[in-house]
Amino acid sequence: MAKTDIIIHDKKDNVGVIVVEKVNKGQDCGCWIMENDASNNIKSEAEIPLGHKIALQDFKEGDTIIKYGHDIGKVVKSIKKGDHVHVHNVKTKKW
Amino acid sequence: MDIPKSFLGYKRENGRAGTRNHVIILPVDDISNACAEAVSNNIKGTIALPHSYGRLQFGADLELHFRTMIGTGKNPNVAAVIVIGIEPKWTKRIVDAIAKTGKPVEGFSIEGVGDIDTIAKVSKKAQEFSMWASEKQREECPISDLWISVKCGESDTTSGLASNPTVGNLMDKLEPLGVHLCFGETSELTGAENVCAKRGKTKEAQDKFMKTWSSYNDFILKEATNDLSESQPTAGNIAGGLTTIEEKAFGNFQKIGSREFIDVLEPAEEPSKGKGLYFMDTSSAAAECVTLQAAGGFNIHLFPTGQGNIIGNPIEPVIKLTANPLTAKTMSEHIDLDVSKILSREMNLDQAGDELIKATLKVANGRLTCAEALGHKEFVMTKLYRSA
Repeated sequence: MAKTDIIIHDKKDNVGVIVVEKVNKGQDCGCWIMENDASNNIKSEAEIPLGHKIALQDFKEGDTIIKYGHDIGKVVKSIKKGDHVHVHNVKTKKW
Repeated sequence: MDIPKSFLGYKRENGRAGTRNHVIILPVDDISNACAEAVSNNIKGTIALPHSYGRLQFGADLELHFRTMIGTGKNPNVAAVIVIGIEPKWTKRIVDAIAKTGKPVEGFSIEGVGDIDTIAKVSKKAQEFSMWASEKQREECPISDLWISVKCGESDTTSGLASNPTVGNLMDKLEPLGVHLCFGETSELTGAENVCAKRGKTKEAQDKFMKTWSSYNDFILKEATNDLSESQPTAGNIAGGLTTIEEKAFGNFQKIGSREFIDVLEPAEEPSKGKGLYFMDTSSAAAECVTLQAAGGFNIHLFPTGQGNIIGNPIEPVIKLTANPLTAKTMSEHIDLDVSKILSREMNLDQAGDELIKATLKVANGRLTCAEALGHKEFVMTKLYRSA
């Protein structure tokens, strides 16, 4: 089994979660999709710590982040594939 | 894994079973705390439950206060109860309700007597209760005597990925064996409220859930003075990688596995529809939530944490699990079960669920939780609004 750096809950998700202490900028990361036990790879474009999210695609302002197969918020600043996804570029739709 | 069909518990007069055998000294109000604590200092084997309220409350807020006091006394983890209040009327109301369980309970009031004579009088009764309770032996009880409550705290993304689904796996395995289960945290289901409502077993349960959640949400929107993103998720959640309340809610929701809830309980309300999963309307603050669940009659608690919440409860043992490898390492004295191997794929969810069942039964049989060994006994009343 290839090393898993990133876990993706649902195959519909457009973000994954770092499950190692951190990934470095430019690192080729192994991803595991829990829902269908599939694997793939993504190049990280930033240093991202454990538990934080990585973008699996490019996003523009107003796009929706999907995790657990559900809407978890909106993009407020464009994000490139492989970038760190967090409070600096994503916001709740609740308040 | 073959799930054990029984555990060793304390059989109570009303047919329930306890995982603990506490003698509690319960102050009705804030000003009776000193007396209650003095008695528990005097008499070994008793524990005082000081708190901050119980004066000038009214309406639904007062009813909740009584429900919490009475439910705490009735909890099967409690062998006997002493109630101390400033005046006799409210004290008696609590004593009479606890007495219906058949367990020893006695009330005292301080007005017209003073602390010192009250302490002397109560200490004599407390000694009698403590020595009586110490004779109780654990006996074999069916696993269906377990009433398991759950709540997560200091969550991060590892909670939603692994520790919460581990609790969900346990629920999926234990519900068919007839246990009672309870989840809460009305506010932290925000963002997943529609998906959660669909888990109601009946239309009635679904509607009751949406009514409860909407009432909370209306209150939040009315009171909010600024962007709630500062409060939900918390700074700890954000440090752990959680970005929005929706993300936190879907992670939180993993704790109920694929179960459906049969009813929605008021805070501190005892379930009355038999075995199965219940949703209780609670605060999402850890100590408040567990205090309400314990008052609802739950006798063992599962608490998944990401960044490391350290909560305990005086009467309901709180078992902590984490999937965050850093938390498991840096806060090991607080963690009863480390399931971080799920993240490195050295352990699957089924195995983690089995490990949690084993850990739960060990604690049900008497093993101290980390929180108990460290002396955590947070007893926090939920207050609905300002007093009269």
